[in-house]
Amino acid sequence: MQLQQMYQEIILDHYKNPHGRGLRDPFDAESFQVNPTCGDEVTLRVHVVDDVVRDVSYDGQGCSISQASTSVLTDLVVGKPVPEAFKKLDAFVELMQGRGQIEPDEDVLEDGIAFAGVAKYPARVKCALLGWMAFKDAVARSQGAA
Amino acid sequence: MTTTAAPLDVIALRADFPILSRTVRDGKRLVYLDSGATSQRPTQVLDAEKAFLQTANAAVHRGAHQLAEEATDAYEGARQRIADFVGADFGELVFTKNATEGFNLVAYAMGNAATSGPEAARFVVGPGDEIVVTEMEHHANLVPWQQLAARTGATLKWFKLTPDGRLDLSDVDSVITPRTKVVAFTHQSNVTGVINPVDVLVAAAQRVGALTVLDACQSVPHGPVDFRALGVDFASFSGHKMLGPSGIGVLYGRRELLEALPPFITGGSMIELVKMEGSTFAPPPQRFEAGSPMTSQAVGLGAAVDYLSVVGMERIHAHEHALTVAALEGLSGIKGVRLIGPADAVDRGGAVPFEIEGVHPHDAGQVLDSLGIAVRVGHHCAWPLHRCLNAQSSVRATFYLYNTLDEVDALVDGVREAQKFFGVA
Repeated sequence: MQLQQMYQEIILDHYKNPHGRGLRDPFDAESFQVNPTCGDEVTLRVHVVDDVVRDVSYDGQGCSISQASTSVLTDLVVGKPVPEAFKKLDAFVELMQGRGQIEPDEDVLEDGIAFAGVAKYPARVKCALLGWMAFKDAVARSQGAA
Repeated sequence: MTTTAAPLDVIALRADFPILSRTVRDGKRLVYLDSGATSQRPTQVLDAEKAFLQTANAAVHRGAHQLAEEATDAYEGARQRIADFVGADFGELVFTKNATEGFNLVAYAMGNAATSGPEAARFVVGPGDEIVVTEMEHHANLVPWQQLAARTGATLKWFKLTPDGRLDLSDVDSVITPRTKVVAFTHQSNVTGVINPVDVLVAAAQRVGALTVLDACQSVPHGPVDFRALGVDFASFSGHKMLGPSGIGVLYGRRELLEALPPFITGGSMIELVKMEGSTFAPPPQRFEAGSPMTSQAVGLGAAVDYLSVVGMERIHAHEHALTVAALEGLSGIKGVRLIGPADAVDRGGAVPFEIEGVHPHDAGQVLDSLGIAVRVGHHCAWPLHRCLNAQSSVRATFYLYNTLDEVDALVDGVREAQKFFGVA
């Protein structure tokens, strides 16, 4: 059934038990992103020390896809050097914009590969990218401030 | 509303809408419950557009040839039939790109009034003046007024909502005051279907000499509407929500107002005399139809009002009312479903918004889509309304003449399915 292809068990798990949720200190920059079509929003903070992502914390309202993808994001980037985190970001964006035609690399995206099915639904791509765009923006802000 | 007319023969009528017989998502029967966003078009409308393009297509109001003449007749003939449909005169209807443009036309023309002739003085707004809207508005009838206030220094005020989503009119005269220049409000909410008491607001506006601007996008397609009887000054509605084409909207303005209103978009077709130093403008409606107008869309909308008139607007309204009652009953019987807006179908059109506890609207919409059921999810261009009713967003089902009670049942079953899928049943 198509629905199960989209809502992989991994996604539902992250949705029901999100990782890293809640806004925390210390942080260097914060980004607020909103999806104007459905009103979903996320506020996301990053703490970067010596070009390594030490913490990502977030709060927001949104659908299972946006919440789960932000949860997966924290698993993937916390503890990683910024260039490596951005490599994962690029891979995730490429996957989501690939209309379901891209074979994701599990070594890079880990749980993130569960979103391959979401990429077949153009209306949900924005949901999946909401937290990631907040991460990208927050890191850019943290670097701008440094 | 009560009606003695025979009920609609929906099954027969659905045969006029080819799209309704297609399947979606791996062979699922399409259950189209999103007519509040855009309606489907009957063969009669599609054929009228095609016939125009195949036999009479030409630029209207210009050209010295037979096709130009026939195209102009078709275009202006459509205007006449649409005017008859909404209780207006021929010269009181302006074709726009969509309803949003209609609201912007009035708002920008009012903004232009300060630099126009003395006849436009009644439209001037400035510091100390007030513009009144409501928390129920679609962004189309809200943002243009916010912008007019910002440009002119006028103050924006608004009617609040009661907890069940109706306009709080408990103190009309504290909101509409002698400072009020415009009262812009919706006839029927695009989210909750709530039908507002136009008479109360028009009377209050008239007491203080304020203009009224009605959002008729959700009322004109779904029941009998007579602008003259309602007494509003301006009204705007769109073609694609009433079985007509997209790319066409209609602005109604009382004749004496349109005659005094300065133009919004300027250029060809809307002029009287052009010299290098300046220009004078054509009388309405041409003054407000700058550039080459849409033609097959106008013809298609003319065919749409013909179709609706044959079916009968009272019957359509009664049919949608029955569907709304059934949907409210079915959805309110599901534990964990919260109806947004009124729980009853009194003074209400065919729109039912709701939330499912533990299932985000976007996810609910996805489950419904997998079952072939098309609904709208999000805030439906009415963000303030959602905030007032404590909803981040909602699932919205909207009904039209071609929907059936079976489809309402499918919606209710689909909601249970969504609960099951997300483990909240």
